[in-house]
Amino acid sequence: MRDLYARFGGGLATIFLSLVLIWLAAMVLAPNLMMIDYALRPNLPPAQIGTEADAWSLDNFLYLANEGVHRAIFFKTIWASALVAAVTLVVCYPIAFWMAQRATPGQLSIALMLVIIPFFINEVLRTLAWFILLAYRGPLNAALQGIGLIDAPIRWQGDGGVLAGMVYAYILFMLLPIYNAIESLDRSQLEAARDLGSPTWRTHWRVVIPHAKAGIATGCVFTFMLAAGSYVAPALLGSPGSRWFTEIIYNWFFEGGDWNRGAAYALTLLVLCLAVVLVTLRIARVNLTDVAK
Amino acid sequence: MMADRIFRGLFVLYLLAFVAYLFAPLLIMGVAAFNESRFPTVIPWQGTTLDWFSAMWADAAMWKALWTSAIVAVLVVVVALPVGTAAALVLTTLHSRARSVAYAVMVSPLLTPGVVIGISTLILWRQVGIGGGIALIVVAQTTFIICYVMLMVMARLQRFDRTQEEAALGLGASRVMVFRRVLLPFLRPALLASGGLAILQSVENYNTTLFVRGFETPLTVFIATKVRTGLTPAVNALALVIIAATVIGAIAWEIARRRQLTAQPRP
Repeated sequence: MRDLYARFGGGLATIFLSLVLIWLAAMVLAPNLMMIDYALRPNLPPAQIGTEADAWSLDNFLYLANEGVHRAIFFKTIWASALVAAVTLVVCYPIAFWMAQRATPGQLSIALMLVIIPFFINEVLRTLAWFILLAYRGPLNAALQGIGLIDAPIRWQGDGGVLAGMVYAYILFMLLPIYNAIESLDRSQLEAARDLGSPTWRTHWRVVIPHAKAGIATGCVFTFMLAAGSYVAPALLGSPGSRWFTEIIYNWFFEGGDWNRGAAYALTLLVLCLAVVLVTLRIARVNLTDVAK
Repeated sequence: MMADRIFRGLFVLYLLAFVAYLFAPLLIMGVAAFNESRFPTVIPWQGTTLDWFSAMWADAAMWKALWTSAIVAVLVVVVALPVGTAAALVLTTLHSRARSVAYAVMVSPLLTPGVVIGISTLILWRQVGIGGGIALIVVAQTTFIICYVMLMVMARLQRFDRTQEEAALGLGASRVMVFRRVLLPFLRPALLASGGLAILQSVENYNTTLFVRGFETPLTVFIATKVRTGLTPAVNALALVIIAATVIGAIAWEIARRRQLTAQPRP
């Protein structure tokens, strides 16, 4: 703090400090505290707010715990997000390894451009693209029927559609951290492993993956979190049978009209996401400072 | 060696499949904008037309949505750049222990699901009687976009040579002048880059915006609503225009960045 004032002088330092404090207090801390307060209170008509009925309780959380459908959707969202992260990891790892260790500089810059371009395009548009591709009478079914793989069109919308769209949406968040991690691996280590007779899979398992652990953890954490908090992919690519927890939250706010319960649900999602992030990072021994790069 | 060759061949196939996975959906979406079919698709091809572009151009609701998104993006940049820069400067002057705590708090919006940011903002401002609308969209979006600005400015600050500041002070410049004439020009590339990123993040945001939009309809909400209520290739036409604009913007930005790099070799 003293350094800040010494470096920029009283006027500037005070301006900087107040901007940051306003941001943290009014935009980061206060909204979350207010959300906790909301989640703990019952949904009351205006006349009863502030009366004895307006007391803190865990009723909204208990409602989620006891409501079978919502609970099932909550757990499904968790494991489906984990599945999205796992599939994205499997899809990205070979590409990341190739880019980091095998590609020539020319190939690398083309590859980087190719993976980055789709991600300059809005998530809603990318999801729309999948919506069109997966439509019942759409190109994918037509192509599969054309080559004789399937006899009748498949209804992709639902779990499969959501998975495909989400993996697509979060590739970059997985690919870049892993690429960065593998890039710092000295190639001579790979050669040493090969010279000592290690088969390819064991070199990956014992040399590359341990080295890239931090990057893999970072990619998985981000993908999981983005998937769990996603609204657009399940809303456009899902079916009534594949509802996502965020859709339930949305309904409490804009259809059910119970903000308190919605806040409790949102808080549950937030706590879960933070827990997954922190535990994964702890297991992989990654510092928060390294994640946000 | 035979096994090696097979392995390599398989990998090339995988690379090609990966590129197809990346681009096929976008390509189909783009091409469908030229199909006369009422539902956007490429099979069957019912004739080539540019009508969907004029239908999109004539859609007043689309223009309104575009305008809303543009206003929000400009306001987001105006708020996020100064605050993000201030955050980076405050953070770099803190010492180890305080610094890691402050850092965790400051990047926490990036680890918060977008819907939660929207919800908590909506709830807080209802207490003072402010409902969803442009102001709240800006507040909710800047909450996390500030983090991006902060990280980009911090990355640049690491390369800053503090002796430049001391030299300027020694030559009699005031601290405000040092900031304006030495530090800010040094940060310029990072500020431009984070400004571009902020616009992109703002325009493309959906999860957070959805909760705080009130009766406003920014571009992403407009498109998502169209998909659910009545999708025609006019939306594809819009998508194609947006994609073209983003790709051109990205390329121009990359060229500008490279020029900047060659013009200012690292100290």
